[in-house]
Amino acid sequence: MTRLIKYLRPYVWWILLIVLLLFGQAMADLSLPTYMSDIVNVGIQQNGIQNAVPKAIRPTEFKRLAIFMTEADRAEVSAAYSLVDESALSPSEYASLVKKYPLLATSQLYVLQEVSKSQIERLNQIFMLTMPVVAGIEQNGASALAASGLTIPEGVDPFNFIAQLPAEQLAALQNLISDQSSTVASSLLKQYSVAYVSAEYKAIGVDLGGRRMAYMWHIGLIMLGLAFAGALASVTVGLISARIAAGLGRDLRRRQFERVQSFSAAEFDKFSTASLITRSTNDITQIQMLMVMLFRFVFYAPILGIGAVIKVFSLDRSMLWIIAAVVSVMIVLIGVLFFVAIPKFRIMQRLMDRLNLVTREFISGLMVIRAFNTQKAAEKKFDVANVELTDVSLFVNRVMAFLFPMMMLIMNGTMLLIIWVGAHQVDRSAMQVGDMMATMQYTMQIIFAFIMISMVFIMIPRASVSAVRVTEVIDTEPSIKDPVKAAKFKEGLKGVVEFQDVSFRYPGAEEDVLKHVSFTAKLGQTTAFIGSTGSGKSTLVNMILRFYDATEGRVLVDGMDVRDVTQHDLRDKIGYVPQQAVLFSGTIESNIKYGNQEASRAEVEKFADIAQATEFISTSDKDYAMTVAQGGANLSGGQKQRLSIARALAKKPEIFIFDDSFSALDFKTDVALRKALKQETGEATVLIVTQRVGQIMGADQIVVLEDGRVAGIGTHLELMKDSEVYREIALSQLSKEELSA
Amino acid sequence: MSQNGRMGDPGAPRPMAGIGPMGGRGGPMQGGPMAALMPGGKAKDFRKTLRTFLTYLKPYRLQLVLVLLFSIASTAFAIVGPKLLGKATTRLFEGVVAKAMHVPGAAIDFDYIGRIVLLLVGLYVMSAILGWVQGFIMAGIATKITYTFRRNIAEKINRLPLKYFDTQTHGEVLSRVTNDVDIINTTLTQNLSMMISSVVMIIGVLIMMLSISWLMTLVALVILPISLLFIRFIVKFSQGYFRAQQEYLGHMNGHVEEMFGGQVVVRSFNGEERSLQKFNRLNTELYKSGWKSQFLSGMMIPVMMFVSNLGYVAVVILGGYLAAVGTIGVGDILAFIQYVRQFTMPIMQVANATNVLQSTAAAAERVFEFLGEPEEVPESARPVKVEAVRGNVIFDHVHFGYDPEKPVIHDFSTDIKPGQRVAIVGPTGAGKTTIVKLLMRFYDVNGGAILIDGVNIREMRREDLRRMFGMVLQDTWLFNGTFRENISYGKLDASDEQVIAAAKMAHVDRFIRTQPHGYDTEINEESSNISQGQKQLLTIARAFLADPKMLILDEATSSVDTRTEVLIQRAMAQLMKDRTSFIIAHRLSTIRDAETILVMRDGDIVEQGKHVDLLAANGFYASLYKSQFEAIEAQ
Repeated sequence: MTRLIKYLRPYVWWILLIVLLLFGQAMADLSLPTYMSDIVNVGIQQNGIQNAVPKAIRPTEFKRLAIFMTEADRAEVSAAYSLVDESALSPSEYASLVKKYPLLATSQLYVLQEVSKSQIERLNQIFMLTMPVVAGIEQNGASALAASGLTIPEGVDPFNFIAQLPAEQLAALQNLISDQSSTVASSLLKQYSVAYVSAEYKAIGVDLGGRRMAYMWHIGLIMLGLAFAGALASVTVGLISARIAAGLGRDLRRRQFERVQSFSAAEFDKFSTASLITRSTNDITQIQMLMVMLFRFVFYAPILGIGAVIKVFSLDRSMLWIIAAVVSVMIVLIGVLFFVAIPKFRIMQRLMDRLNLVTREFISGLMVIRAFNTQKAAEKKFDVANVELTDVSLFVNRVMAFLFPMMMLIMNGTMLLIIWVGAHQVDRSAMQVGDMMATMQYTMQIIFAFIMISMVFIMIPRASVSAVRVTEVIDTEPSIKDPVKAAKFKEGLKGVVEFQDVSFRYPGAEEDVLKHVSFTAKLGQTTAFIGSTGSGKSTLVNMILRFYDATEGRVLVDGMDVRDVTQHDLRDKIGYVPQQAVLFSGTIESNIKYGNQEASRAEVEKFADIAQATEFISTSDKDYAMTVAQGGANLSGGQKQRLSIARALAKKPEIFIFDDSFSALDFKTDVALRKALKQETGEATVLIVTQRVGQIMGADQIVVLEDGRVAGIGTHLELMKDSEVYREIALSQLSKEELSA
Repeated sequence: MSQNGRMGDPGAPRPMAGIGPMGGRGGPMQGGPMAALMPGGKAKDFRKTLRTFLTYLKPYRLQLVLVLLFSIASTAFAIVGPKLLGKATTRLFEGVVAKAMHVPGAAIDFDYIGRIVLLLVGLYVMSAILGWVQGFIMAGIATKITYTFRRNIAEKINRLPLKYFDTQTHGEVLSRVTNDVDIINTTLTQNLSMMISSVVMIIGVLIMMLSISWLMTLVALVILPISLLFIRFIVKFSQGYFRAQQEYLGHMNGHVEEMFGGQVVVRSFNGEERSLQKFNRLNTELYKSGWKSQFLSGMMIPVMMFVSNLGYVAVVILGGYLAAVGTIGVGDILAFIQYVRQFTMPIMQVANATNVLQSTAAAAERVFEFLGEPEEVPESARPVKVEAVRGNVIFDHVHFGYDPEKPVIHDFSTDIKPGQRVAIVGPTGAGKTTIVKLLMRFYDVNGGAILIDGVNIREMRREDLRRMFGMVLQDTWLFNGTFRENISYGKLDASDEQVIAAAKMAHVDRFIRTQPHGYDTEINEESSNISQGQKQLLTIARAFLADPKMLILDEATSSVDTRTEVLIQRAMAQLMKDRTSFIIAHRLSTIRDAETILVMRDGDIVEQGKHVDLLAANGFYASLYKSQFEAIEAQ
């Protein structure tokens, strides 16, 4: 995975933006439960009254409260409220206030002024100390003060009595109340106070239902706003991560493609073509998928999880142990899944491959199976693979069937636990009902984050394998490179290929493929290479094209070491017809013109004619515009070979290389083709690799290779006389009479 | 809010679904709302497929009823949960409010809450157990059906005429065994019970919601059409990009495959620059459609979440109002909110289910289609058995075409005496193997007859007929197994001595003994650890072991080195001794020595006779043969 980081560098600012947006999304996601708890706590439970600071209060009550305040507090409260009646207000102000506080019509009221937030907070603290006391006395009479040791005579208004107490005694009482209050949870004090405010509002005639709905709407809109912001953040993250993932995929694909194009045969041997294709396609798609997952889940889960823990922490710490417990249970469950199910998944994948293999063998061997009457054995073999796969997949499916209800049980159980513990907390006034509900939500978020992370743990290994496979290719330096200071071919010398004591060994191999090979091929001559498979013929011609570099010795083309010129210049001189005729999608014409875009139509036709391709081309109603499918799949081997020859001809090179290029042609075409070729290539150097003695008996020079050594050089007749190896090859193919013809 | 409460829904997406069966198609794009974005196949005849499928389910009737019952019960228990939980919360809340109001003797009713919690524990445990048992049974049914499908397909392969495989690629047949069966398996294990519980869930939740407040239910339901509208919109938009992405991915992969496969040509013709240009063009297009489709499909969840939050807020506010008015309790709002959350998921699943069902039906249809293909012509009712085969083969006015409309063999007759050698020659693609296929009765002649020792091969059992022949084809077929297993394929009950004797006769014994584990060395999956020549020798050994009365041989062409070639020739000569042999010949020496030469061209037998006679006739054979010499003169 770390190997991918450097390719993500261009996107680093975008990734930072994603993280920021995810923080935003997490904040939105996490505050939503808070607002929900507000709706329950404040909206429903407290009639929309948020704190103990009343907006308006009757003078009698105001005075009662003032009794229990210290001097400084009283001053602060008095400053925040002003006593109003009709005379003190303009008619319009008065009308609107009467509407809000109907009691104002008949009596004076203290109304809260415009005050700052911090002031509200201070007022809240003051009221929360005094309101419960006043409320207590109002409801239960003087007995509410029993703890203070004060005895208030029967029939005397307790408030009047206390108000007339000496200053010292009053101060003592105030201290006592303050001490007592500090032992009671503030949330309880708040609830008492809010209940008092609520009662006061009712007395003033405030429309409590209206207040409550206004509050609900207010919070509801905030929630919607947050949800919208969260969704917006999430969509934006989606947008950016989609672009980064696709962009990374594009970059990797391009880098890899460029790199692979510069590979020489050695690298292709190392990776194998099929594997390189998979690496450029499937593996990169995998990485792209992983990136999206990474940004959306891997980054998000910890942010969300930690955020939720912090929230719970701030709400009520007594619940933390529940979260710890649930998370541990989840870890155990996921761990069991990891250690029990995941290995089984791998086994299942292997058995699936096995079943595929058996089926493939089954189908490809259909004729043999029937010829040997072994249908039953084949079915048996398939059945074994089938049973094995079925057993494991049954196990896996059952584990999965267990997992889901188990998860549900854990989560539902958690809810119940939170309710039960929460109820006791509420009873002790340590928390409010809404907070308990918010805790539930946060716990779910934490669990969810855990599940997300564990999912990713399962996915990452798969994708990181792809990442390694892709970067491996990109990081591989091609073994054959152009020289830093490339020389140019000299004018004059043309069509000369010379091997000077050349040896070649595949990297890591124990033995040389070519050993001390020397020969010279001259302009206008045909040089043939013959030998059994593995004798190094193809390797030899590949060295002329510089697909391989000599381990020892030098390969010279037109007097220049092939390593001293650019590959482009070198290959410009060569018309190569490979063993496997490869065509590209396009038309017949585009394929013939592949090496020479400037070739005229007349030339194209001429070369097709020489390559004996005219016959089949003319049978197509589209002629030279006939479509060639990818890899030439719609053409037969012989047709492909003929076009591949025409393509090399069209390049009009100095040197022709035919690497076993006539194998797919029937005898007749083969002969006609070589006759025509002879005329066309008369001016050029021709190198032919073949297995058929018949094809090269007329060559100017035959190089016989055995086990990488030159076992003889000469004409057919010379070699028949001198070379044991050549004679053996020739006799295995043709009769004595034919050879002497 | 996007996740809260969702995990509490029995109908929520299975958190582990992503790592579901890793049968190759796992991937994060599978399942969930994403699946709706993928253009999937459709069954041609849904009803018929369903009917056939039901016959497969029939043996599991009882179990399926159990699954249905358990699934309903499990979901129902889970549905009751929030309602009861709501009651507990209401009671708790009332207690708190009463205390705050200084109601004398006010306390939280822990007895009541405790009873509810205990009841819920019981319900949840029951729900989990039922859910598990349901899943357990279903997994059993699904895997058994999957197994049966695969076995039936394998057996079917054996009964299909070879003709079938001319029109189908191996990949297609393979994909039935793996992909299609796998789709069915996934649907049965995961989606089916999910669908059942989703439907139960929708009904149950609706009832519960109605029992709380019809007004709130109405508000909650209004959200549904809005969600569906959004889904449609996104699906419609993104599907185009998905298609474009698939298309460009195809082009891109095609180009990569072509260029890497033709690297030698690209480089030797200096075509790198052009190739890169095309690549960059495709890559850019792929990038554009790629991020767009990814982005649009990724929008689905946040948009749905927002719509669901919209409903949530509406319900909360309405609930708050109703609670304030006193119509419902606080706990009811809570319960209702939970239900609203539980409502969206199953709806999405049911909406998605149609897609899943469609693609499953399409997969099942392909499997059934395959199983319903016409099979080989049944064996003759009274099969004739030829005792002591001499090896006289008569082609009597044989008429044949792979497509009966286009006969390739028009009227072919010949009488091959026991022990004769028949060479089949002709250019590549002339149809030399057609004769072989007719002889072995892989195909039946359209007219005329083939007689062995006077008996029409159609009157024999295929098994008996094929036992008479030994076959060594150039397209060697070895399988992943040991050398011993591969050789003894010719005679499954052969003793070790017999296997070794056959290997010796095929000149492959020495080679096998040089391998790491001798006869127990494994031949790998691509048979790449042995050369083409050794493979051919192994198949010859196989034929030796089978000891057939007649032989069908395919001579090696160019890919074998000279020394092995000599070995192969020697082994083949040994094998052909005293056996009627049909040789697909490439070597002139073999051709000249043959008693009969069948000259084929474009699928038809154009000439037959001895070498000398054919030369004298100066026809196609003569020109083929002479071209050899012209070749030499031309150089």
